[in-house]
Amino acid sequence: MTQTVPATEGRSTPAGDPALVVDGLWKIFGSRADKVIGTPDAALSRKELQAKTGCVTAVKDVSFSVQPGEVFVVMGLSGSGKSTLVRLLTRLIEPTAGTIRMGGEDITSADAGHLRELRRHHVAMVFQHFGLLPHRTVIDNVAFGLEVRGLGKSERRVRAQEMVDLVGLAGNEGSFPDQLSGGMQQRVGLARALAVDPTLMMFDEPFSALDPLIRRDMQNEVIRLHQEVGKTMIFITHDLQEALKLGDRILIMRDGEIVQIGTPAEVVANPADEYVRDFVSDVPRSHVLTLRYVCRRPEGGDPGRGPALQADEVVRDAARQVLAAQDPVRVFDGETFLGIVEDEDILRVVVAEEDVAS
Amino acid sequence: MSTTVTRPADTSPVQEEQPRVESHRPTHTFARLAVVVAVWVLGWLVLRGHQTLALPGAQLTSFQSWLNDVKNSFDAARETNVFFKVIGGLSDGLNWLFTHLQYLFSTPAPGRPVPEIGWVGVLALLVFTAFALAGVRSAVLVLVGTLAFGYLGYWRESIDTLLITLLAVAICVLIGVPIGIWMARRKGVSASITPLLDAMQTMPSFAYLPPLALIFGIGTASAIVLTVIYAIPPLIRITEHGIRGVSEGAVEASQSLGCTSGQQLRKVQLPMARRTIVVGINQCMMAALSMAIIAAFVSGPGLGVPVTQSLAALDIGGSAVSGGLIVVIAIMLDRTTTAASQRGEILARAGSGTRRMRRIVLVVLAVVTVVAVYVSRLRLSAAQFPAHPALQRPVSSFISSVTDAVVNAIEQVTTAFANIVSYGLINPLQSVLASSPWWLSAAAILALAYVLGGWRPTVTAAVCEAVLLGVGLWNDSMITLTTVLVATIIVVVVSVVLGVTMGRSGRTDTILRPLLDALQTIPPFVYLVPALALFGVGRFTAIVAAVAYGVPIATKLVADGIRGVSPTSVEAAESSGATVWQMITKVQLPMSRAAVVLATNQGLLYVLSMVVIGGLVGGGSLGYFVVAGFSQDQLFGKGLAAGIAITALGIMLDRIARHAAARHGRA
Repeated sequence: MTQTVPATEGRSTPAGDPALVVDGLWKIFGSRADKVIGTPDAALSRKELQAKTGCVTAVKDVSFSVQPGEVFVVMGLSGSGKSTLVRLLTRLIEPTAGTIRMGGEDITSADAGHLRELRRHHVAMVFQHFGLLPHRTVIDNVAFGLEVRGLGKSERRVRAQEMVDLVGLAGNEGSFPDQLSGGMQQRVGLARALAVDPTLMMFDEPFSALDPLIRRDMQNEVIRLHQEVGKTMIFITHDLQEALKLGDRILIMRDGEIVQIGTPAEVVANPADEYVRDFVSDVPRSHVLTLRYVCRRPEGGDPGRGPALQADEVVRDAARQVLAAQDPVRVFDGETFLGIVEDEDILRVVVAEEDVAS
Repeated sequence: MSTTVTRPADTSPVQEEQPRVESHRPTHTFARLAVVVAVWVLGWLVLRGHQTLALPGAQLTSFQSWLNDVKNSFDAARETNVFFKVIGGLSDGLNWLFTHLQYLFSTPAPGRPVPEIGWVGVLALLVFTAFALAGVRSAVLVLVGTLAFGYLGYWRESIDTLLITLLAVAICVLIGVPIGIWMARRKGVSASITPLLDAMQTMPSFAYLPPLALIFGIGTASAIVLTVIYAIPPLIRITEHGIRGVSEGAVEASQSLGCTSGQQLRKVQLPMARRTIVVGINQCMMAALSMAIIAAFVSGPGLGVPVTQSLAALDIGGSAVSGGLIVVIAIMLDRTTTAASQRGEILARAGSGTRRMRRIVLVVLAVVTVVAVYVSRLRLSAAQFPAHPALQRPVSSFISSVTDAVVNAIEQVTTAFANIVSYGLINPLQSVLASSPWWLSAAAILALAYVLGGWRPTVTAAVCEAVLLGVGLWNDSMITLTTVLVATIIVVVVSVVLGVTMGRSGRTDTILRPLLDALQTIPPFVYLVPALALFGVGRFTAIVAAVAYGVPIATKLVADGIRGVSPTSVEAAESSGATVWQMITKVQLPMSRAAVVLATNQGLLYVLSMVVIGGLVGGGSLGYFVVAGFSQDQLFGKGLAAGIAITALGIMLDRIARHAAARHGRA
């Protein structure tokens, strides 16, 4: 959601604790997995470790935090550990080391009952292959989380019906999943997750199995739902466009490690390494970069003339104003003067798609 | 977008494929096999007839007499020993349960001239159950089949067979389904129970009989236990498979919503595996029914008795009628459970109107059934199946005369066929195997095992050979081995030809598959009847019956394998101009090798269990001793020894085949 103001760019972070804090999280698969961390072996690359011990590092020393209301995207190619990471967060897979705190509560030490409570009330997940129950109708699928919680039939039906309406499936309550298209099935998955009214929603590549057009619809649906219900969301994807479109911040993973965390503009403007640079090389920069990344500090400070724009304005949206203005546009971060932007700076991004950061 | 992103070479996390280390050149193996066979044949030419360890029919080795003594002391200990008291209690309980079921449905209850529920009541109950579970078509099938029980003169025996089968299946479900679920949820349990199931399924059905009779004595309880042991492995396996097969996504989603383990089982895994579990019950039922005749050997009640009697009297018509009724029961049970497995979903998806309608019909039919049961208790005509029209005699003599005519007409062909196979294949093989000195045959088999499968099956084969020698039935085992090998070779050849044809042609498949399905529901004993009619008493009849029994399953496996070959590979071969023959030999058969191996294995097991049954119609050797062990007390030890020998043969062949397949399967 690049339209909304990203948290790190000027907007003050909401008061209170972060929704999720992950610290030093590891997952190593293999019979002697717990004997790796803390030894020099831990520093080995994934390939070297596998050759030496037979263990595979899926997630390697990952730390990050997510603010309430934020859409936090984890992006990486297949095998980068992103799907494992999201499963570690509710311990669908047990972490090897590290801590996870959700709303100030330590998840890593929670017992089975506690964990179940958490999953029933606070976190809900949407899966790549939907994970619907084929022997239940749409409405019973949506109500499943409430049923597991022990809610009575009439109550849960009412709530489930609201959710079915919310995701635009009204009229299909009595259908079975296999009678619906992929996009509609994922709407059921979405409604099921929303039905338990979670504080945190997790999406594991939810749209990868869908057609491009339907995928775009569903992305817009998520944006709409985020604006309507304002949940904190963690979104896993291997699609950079999707990450840039939805994410307030993006975490890029490779071989289980964090390569970069930043806003879409930061990632595009200042790729952390060749890997990320390669990734973002095809992105139309003008759609992502904000004025912050194209403005220059003039000699002699604020010229005092010309229109003023905020630093988080995306280049594409600001282009017309800059080109129409007689004088260079002045860019401010709040009250602070950052620099000026001239026609040439805009054209360099829009027409040449040249790498301004290099 | 993701597709256009260039991917750095070093990001691939997938480990590189290991180069295959071991590969055996087939020409090498063939040369070594040829050497072993040549040495064997040379040795046979020089030494034949010496040290063959042949044992005349009535003679016992000391081991076999010792087994007789064991049996006698077991019989004596039945009253005093704690172990036998527990077994005795169990078997008394089973006997009591079954006797009361019989009083209820099939035999005159104490103080009554007829069972508690007369034939009209039983008929109504069966038809109602079939309708409720499986719908109108099954109900009609059950109605016709059940009437056939009575009109063909085997009402009581048929109901007994039905009762014993259903009771055994009920016990299997009570024990097997929980075990299957447990295995699916705990890897350790699965790893420890699977080898046991393997062993149970490798053992030919007949081999269970003597030791069971030793422990449980002769009677209904023994028959039930036997049936349960034979029928439970497929149910356990299929249940485990069904629970395991539930989509991981759904299980994970239910976990992420905070399901307890019980909720996950009740609301997700069981409903989603329901259909597979019903298929398991179907398989279990078919297996249980195939024991119906074998159970007659331990004095189990039911249709097995008339079938074995008329087989022993070479009465083709009589055995066809009673055997035919077993097939009728098989079809009834099979269709009903199959329809029931598909029914749940259809009903769940039907509109509420249809469901209300169905409920009304069910209530009405339930009332009718209750009335029928009530009436059948009051009126003798509704209690005792009408004696007229009695179709048994006319039908059986009709079948006898038709078979006679057919057999006479084609006798020359069948005799010629039997002679060609006998003189061309069975006799040479048998004389090399059985009339070589025992140590030569033993060494040659070990050498073949080593060349084909390496040292592991060789060790197994050595142990099995030691068992054959130990029980004192070496020569008979070699004769039985000949029969098994010949039948298995024929099964594999026929099933590969048929299977490839079916796999390549959809039309052949649609024609043949229902036929094979039907043949598979027929219990093994029934195959003896036509084989006996065509080829008379003798070894060859046993082979024909074994082939007929083994071919359907093997053919289906091969056909499925051929069908499973990736269409892309077929297309690729076609686009490079492969002929039909090249396509079959270079693409389809090699790629479905696993299926062919499995087919060989299954064919072998089926043949093995049938060869024993062949003892009844003059198959001779081990099978004959097992059968004779029940009828003649002094031969019990020899029969038990023969059962052990058959199991040893089975394990030996199975292991060699498996290892050979694993070793050469990927060349």
